[in-house]
Order: sequence, then C-alpha cells, then structure tokens
Amino acid sequence: MPSPATEPTAPAAPPSALELRGIDKRFGAVHANRAISFSVARGSIHGLIGENGAGKSTLMNIVYGFHRAEAGEILVRGRRVDIHSPQDAIAAGIGMVHQHFMLVESFTVLENVVLGVERGALLAGSLDHARDELAKLTRDYGLDVPLDTVVSELPVGVQQRVEILKALYRGAEILILDEPTAVLTPQEAGALFKMLGRLRAEGKAVILVTHKLREIMAVTDRVTVMRQGAIVGEVATCNTSPRELAEKMVGRAVLLRVEKTPAHPGAPLLAVRDLEVLDRLGVARVKGVSFDLRAGEIVGVAGVSGNGQSELLEALAGIRAPSRGSITLGGHDLVRERLGPDERRELGLAHVPEDRLRMGVVTGFTAEENAILGYHNRAGYQRGPLLNQAAIRAECEKKMIAHDVRPAVPLLRISAFSGGNQQKLVLAREIDCDPRVLLVGQPTRGVDIGAIEFIHKKLVALRDAGKALMIVSVELDEILGLADRILVMNAGEIVGEVARADATEEKLGLMMAGVREASA
Amino acid sequence: MKTLGKLPHWAELVLLPLVNLVAALVLSGVVVKILGESPWAAGKLLLAGSLGTQEGIGYTLYYATNFMFTGLAVAVAFHAGLFNIGGEGQAYIGGLGTGLVALWLGARAPFLLVLPVAVIAGAVFGAAWAFIPAWLQARRGSHIVITTIMFNFIAAALMTYLLVNVLIRPGQQSPETREFGAGAFMPLASEMLAKAGISFSASPLNFAFLLALGAAALVWVLVWRTRWGYALRVAGQNQAAAVYAGISPSRITVQSMLLSGALAGCLGLNELLGSQHRILVDFPGGAGFVGIAVALMGRNHPFGIFLAAVLFGALAQGGSQLSFDMPKINRDMVVVIQGLVILFCGALENVFRSPLAAVLAWFAKKPEAAD
Repeated sequence: MPSPATEPTAPAAPPSALELRGIDKRFGAVHANRAISFSVARGSIHGLIGENGAGKSTLMNIVYGFHRAEAGEILVRGRRVDIHSPQDAIAAGIGMVHQHFMLVESFTVLENVVLGVERGALLAGSLDHARDELAKLTRDYGLDVPLDTVVSELPVGVQQRVEILKALYRGAEILILDEPTAVLTPQEAGALFKMLGRLRAEGKAVILVTHKLREIMAVTDRVTVMRQGAIVGEVATCNTSPRELAEKMVGRAVLLRVEKTPAHPGAPLLAVRDLEVLDRLGVARVKGVSFDLRAGEIVGVAGVSGNGQSELLEALAGIRAPSRGSITLGGHDLVRERLGPDERRELGLAHVPEDRLRMGVVTGFTAEENAILGYHNRAGYQRGPLLNQAAIRAECEKKMIAHDVRPAVPLLRISAFSGGNQQKLVLAREIDCDPRVLLVGQPTRGVDIGAIEFIHKKLVALRDAGKALMIVSVELDEILGLADRILVMNAGEIVGEVARADATEEKLGLMMAGVREASA
Repeated sequence: MKTLGKLPHWAELVLLPLVNLVAALVLSGVVVKILGESPWAAGKLLLAGSLGTQEGIGYTLYYATNFMFTGLAVAVAFHAGLFNIGGEGQAYIGGLGTGLVALWLGARAPFLLVLPVAVIAGAVFGAAWAFIPAWLQARRGSHIVITTIMFNFIAAALMTYLLVNVLIRPGQQSPETREFGAGAFMPLASEMLAKAGISFSASPLNFAFLLALGAAALVWVLVWRTRWGYALRVAGQNQAAAVYAGISPSRITVQSMLLSGALAGCLGLNELLGSQHRILVDFPGGAGFVGIAVALMGRNHPFGIFLAAVLFGALAQGGSQLSFDMPKINRDMVVVIQGLVILFCGALENVFRSPLAAVLAWFAKKPEAAD
C-alpha cells in the first residue's frame, strides 16, 4: 500500500514503522543489548552505527527473528508483534538484506525471488505471478534486474538488488540493510543509495547498519549510535558531524585521518614481473602484472573485491603458485626456486592475510598458539625435541603488551578476542620478526575504530622504519589514507598506477570499474 | 546464529559424558526389563563380573589395552582432521607383522630381543596398511573414510587367504599358525606381580597394558608438546591456515595416518603375544571399531581414551559374564548395550547439552539471586 511520502517529523505522527521498547539480550556473560528503545519513522532512512560488538547485529537479528530478546517488545506500525523466526518477521513486513547474500547461485533471479513463497505445488503459476509483480516493483523503484539470468552470472551490485527485490516481493515495509556497501564500488554504492531514496519516497522505512560514517552522513535522515550494547545517542543527521559520531561510537576522541609525513622511497625490495596466476579451473585471475615495492613506502592495491587482488596477495605470500612470471626478493626468484610461505618468511616476507578467521588464525587455538603460527619452527621456540612452552608464553605476553592486545592473556582462546584484538595479535606476529616486506590484506576488516587507529599508526611506523608495505583493501578510504602510491586492479590487471597526491575517489572508482587512465 | 548450550570446561569433560553414560545404562536397563530379567541384578552382575574380582579386573584391563591402541589411533588421525575407520584392518595387518616376528624369533631369542622387533614390525605393518589410503587422500583426494573402510575388507580377505593357504599349521583344520616360541610370550601381569611378591589372579592382562599406557603418554607429548604435533593440529583444524603457515596438509595427512596405523598395529602385542600366542582369523574382533567409540568418548585425549577404554573393557568383560549367568541375555544383547553406550556418548552426544547447560545456569544464578 504505497502512499505519498509522509513527513517524518509531522506532529502527532502516525505510529512509527518500527518501534523497539526496552529490548534486552544477554549471551552468557555478555550483555549484548541493554534496554534498547528506538523507533524508525515511515518514509525515512535510519542509520545504525557502532563498533564491532556494540550490539547492532544482535539488535537487528532480534528484529529479524534470529535471536529472541529476553525482555522488551517490538511494535510494527504501532501494533505489538511476536517475532520468533524470520518467517514471523517477514509476515510483519520486515525484510533484511544480509552482508553475505542468501541467494541460491545456480538459480535464476526469478527462482530466487519465489523461493520459499511459492504458491501451490507447481512452479509455473508462482513464476508467472512473480514475473508480473516484479515488473511492477522494478518500475516503481528503478530496480532493474534481468529476471531470467542465473544469479552467479550477475555482478555483486545486481545480486544485492535481487536481495532487495526478494524482500519487497515478500511485502517488506521495513528494510534492514547490513553493511550493504562492503562489496560495492563507489559507483555501485551511489546507485544503491539512489534506490534507497526511492524506497524512502514510497514510504518504506530503511535501516542502514554500517560503520562507514561517510555513508551515514550522505544518505540517512536520523542516526542512532550504539556502544557496548546500549544506545549512546540519536540525532538528526543534519545536526551532527562524522567527528561527533566517531567520538560517540568509541567513547573518546579519535583521529579519523592517518597522520603521516611524505614517503621517501628507497631501493626496490620486492620486484614482481609479468606475474600470472590461474585459479583451479585454469582461468587467469592475475594477468601478467609487474610492479616494485620500495623500502619506505606503502603501496595500496585498490579494486572491487574479486578482481584478482586476493590471488595476487596469495601468490606473493607463496600460498598460490603462479603460472608465469617472477617475484624477486633479496636476490632470490621466489617463483623459480619454488619457495614456500615458510621459506619466504625466512627471507623477510611477512603476510597478514585478508581473511583472518579463514587463514590468519586457528580459531580453536589459544592466543599463544596462534602467536607462533608460521613461526613455530623458529629456534627460539624449541627446547630439544619439544616446543618451549615458557618461551612461547613469554613471547606472546610481550607481543600482547607491545601491541595493546586486550585482554593480555596468552592462554585465552583466540575466538574469545574481538576482531580488532585478533588482528593486532596477527599483526604483532608478522611484524615482530622484523620483516623487510610486509603484505597486508584488509588491514582493518572487522576491526573497530579504536583499533583501526592503532593499526594504521603501526603500519605507517613500519614504513618510516624503511620497510616495504603492500596493502590490499576494499575500503577506498583506507587506501587513500595509508598509501603513498596506489595500484588499481580490475579483472586481474593493473589498470593504472596513481600517486597518492593525484588520487581522488572518483578517479579510482572509474579505474576500479575498468576505465583506463586515458582520460586522466 | 544458533549455538549449542555452552558448558563450563569441567562439565564438558566430566559431567556430560557421565550423563550420557547413565542415560545409556538406563535405556539398557529398560531393554533388560523387557527381556524379563531384573535390570538391577543385571547391573550388579555386570559390575561384579568386570570389576568385582581380580580376574575380572585383569580381563577388563586386557580388553582395555586393545581399545587404547585403537582409540589412540583414531585420536591421532582425528587431530589431523582425518576420520580413520580403518583401525580394524590396520590392527589386523599390524598383528601379522608382530606374529611373523614372533614365529621367526620366538623359539630362538629371548623376550627382551623379540619385544622391540615385534613392536617395530607391528607398527610398520600397521603404518604401511594406513599409508595407502593416506596417500590416496593426499594425492588423489580419495576420501579416507571410504578407503579405510574398504581396506578393512581387503585386510580381512588377505589375512584369511594367508592363514588358510600360507601360514596355516600343516595338518590341521582351523586357519591359524603354529604356536609362537616362548620367547615371544608377553609376561603376564600375574607373573610379574608374583615376582614382586604380590599375588594376583591369573588373567590375560599382560605387559602390553604398560606399553599402551606408554603409547598414550607418547601421543600426548607428540600432539601437544612438539612442533610436529602443532603442525598436525593446525592442519587438522584449519587447512588454509596450515598452508599460510607453510605446513603442507597433504604431508601431515600421510604422516598422521602412518602414526595412526602404527598405533593400531600394536594391538597384536596384546592380543597375540599376550594371549593367543598364534595368529588366527579375526583376532582384532572389532576392537578397531570400538576404538572409534573410545576416542569419541575420550574426547580424543589420551587420558580420556584411557578412561573410555577401561569402560569399554569393563562392558566387554562384564557383558560376557552377564551372558553366562543370565541365559536370556546372550552375546548379542551385550553388543546392544555397547551400542547404546556408543549411541549416547557419540552420536547423541549433544542431546543433553542444552538441558544440562540450562540446569547449570540455573544453579549458577541462584547464589546471585540470594545476594
């Protein structure tokens, strides 16, 4: 029932699209949500921000029926609803677009949209019905999506539109988006925000969960800040600033920009020539790239995720064997000599992997066991045929204190640490052995603002100590903040190299989308 | 994100297995009742038969020795992320190695010389039998669960062939070898204790029990205190992290299976040198499979495996006593009881987890509320 846009601030306004009252949730000792009350008006975009572990996801999962609150109530359009499962949430008109899409990749768009809400035993009727409905939705919201294409063939931005269509087809009046821009180019993100604007105009309520302050400032009407499970502030977006929001999130003043002096690049430490990396199916993911990493500089590799950066990083670290080309470090050709990750570490090549939980740590291990991963053969950790437990523990404690890992308890399981503290420990492990070259994938993925500041400072300090750093990140802000030189990757090729001083977000965005430097 | 009930460490290790065990025994009692016997009397018989006499204890620990070897074998593979179902076949072939050494040296060398050679032969034969599935897994990606199961059948067929056609004692019907020479007899516990001046009833419990305990200690040190064990556990828990750390998962696959097979291969030390004194058809008698349950129940930790092995040893010994004294409960019934224990401690392990967590949380809350 689309109605003309309502004024979000109209006096004696109609009931809010969604209202939460006194939501409380604990996980064991963790008080994830403390008496949360907040409401979202119809026809508005409401931002929800907070650090990792602040309780935003828990709150949204309660609204969407994944978790049950221990206290409090949920009201949809002024009516109390009991939400026990996502089905209940959908029935109440709540839709959610998850950070990781919930699509069946081998199904067409149409089949995905119908999945779970088929009518009757035969598919044909449902599909025809859906086709008509979707044509209307597509028209109304400018959600242009090829209905008969298999989802895996669609770009990520379009897959996200399918998720939104799915929610709308199920009658969502309230749409929750969890970190929607994490996988998008700036241009795609722009398109998404335009679409959200249309939804707002149609009277839908949109909740945008994110940690990117810039997006909050750009598209939301109001913003709610959470910290440690509680709401610490709610303001109209036009009355606040990124600095104020960041301070609210962290609870103290933070530096949003990386402070660094101009770089003084020295000799090349790592030289990559004509490197080609194939994936399992024999498709080239990195297509003959060449570049140098010099002492005392940070090279940023920008690109939409999935354009070969991961494969490049893994080939440099020795995890993936390249099919062609050379990587030279300290007089060794790492490719020809077939040096593995451990031998490369001995040569002074350290690597903080992109996906910490998949590769950087063993989640079932304690902090001290993780602090020697990859370095477990070092003489300092041996005592005869056994591992030197005392040395391992002392070393881990030292790292934890030096890198502000909290709590500094070597025997605690790594999974009990927050993402930021895990990352600090991984970073400590990789830089404490004094590498010459440091490869860092997604330095601050899943890391809270306070820790981001710390990690960025460490990286810049390493640069100033004469190390060569390569940073791969899908966060353009991070690349712009840290890098002295930026390589942009698209479809496995380096489509351009930009000095930091010449780089703008628009320029990089175009290059990330595959437009060559020609116009620059 | 639905998580199972989270339990404190002690409850996870002690209380949960205990609750599962009790549930299995209660259900077994119901089955006994249905058969028309008194569960109470059956339970008493089971306990008395396994732990009530010196002879019973001897038999219990003798069975437990087999289960410890096979349980440790499963656990080592498990820590490397592999499910070795082939303990039965590896024990069978390992026993062949041990038995051949015993046949060869038993009559002409003293025990102290035979023992190390027999241990090495058993371990090497067992490891060799595990190597093929391991290599197939590492190189070809053939699933180790499938290949180890198939290798149990191949081992059984091969051994039957050898015992019927090659190793059989000439002039007899049953497929078994001649008796080993006395130099290949494991010292019995009763004899060893008698030398120390302690009288202990005769039972097949023998020196191999101490070897099994030694193997348990060795496994603990290897897995938790050496860099090889570290690499093993990394590869077992996160292959991507192993590659990242420069550990080759396929090398770990092969190495851990070699150790696993070697441990299973030691079963012959207890069964053949300790008790049978010859190689005979199907001497592992399912111990390789019981080892899976033992490892599962013992949480793949050597100490837990020791406890679980003793439990299953007691079930085996008490069970045969039970079938002897209660005619309505035959051998198959005893297998049913063992099966229930495996079912509750293994497959249904998590059934009581959430309720238990809730109960513990309730108790934990109480003192708080009283404040």
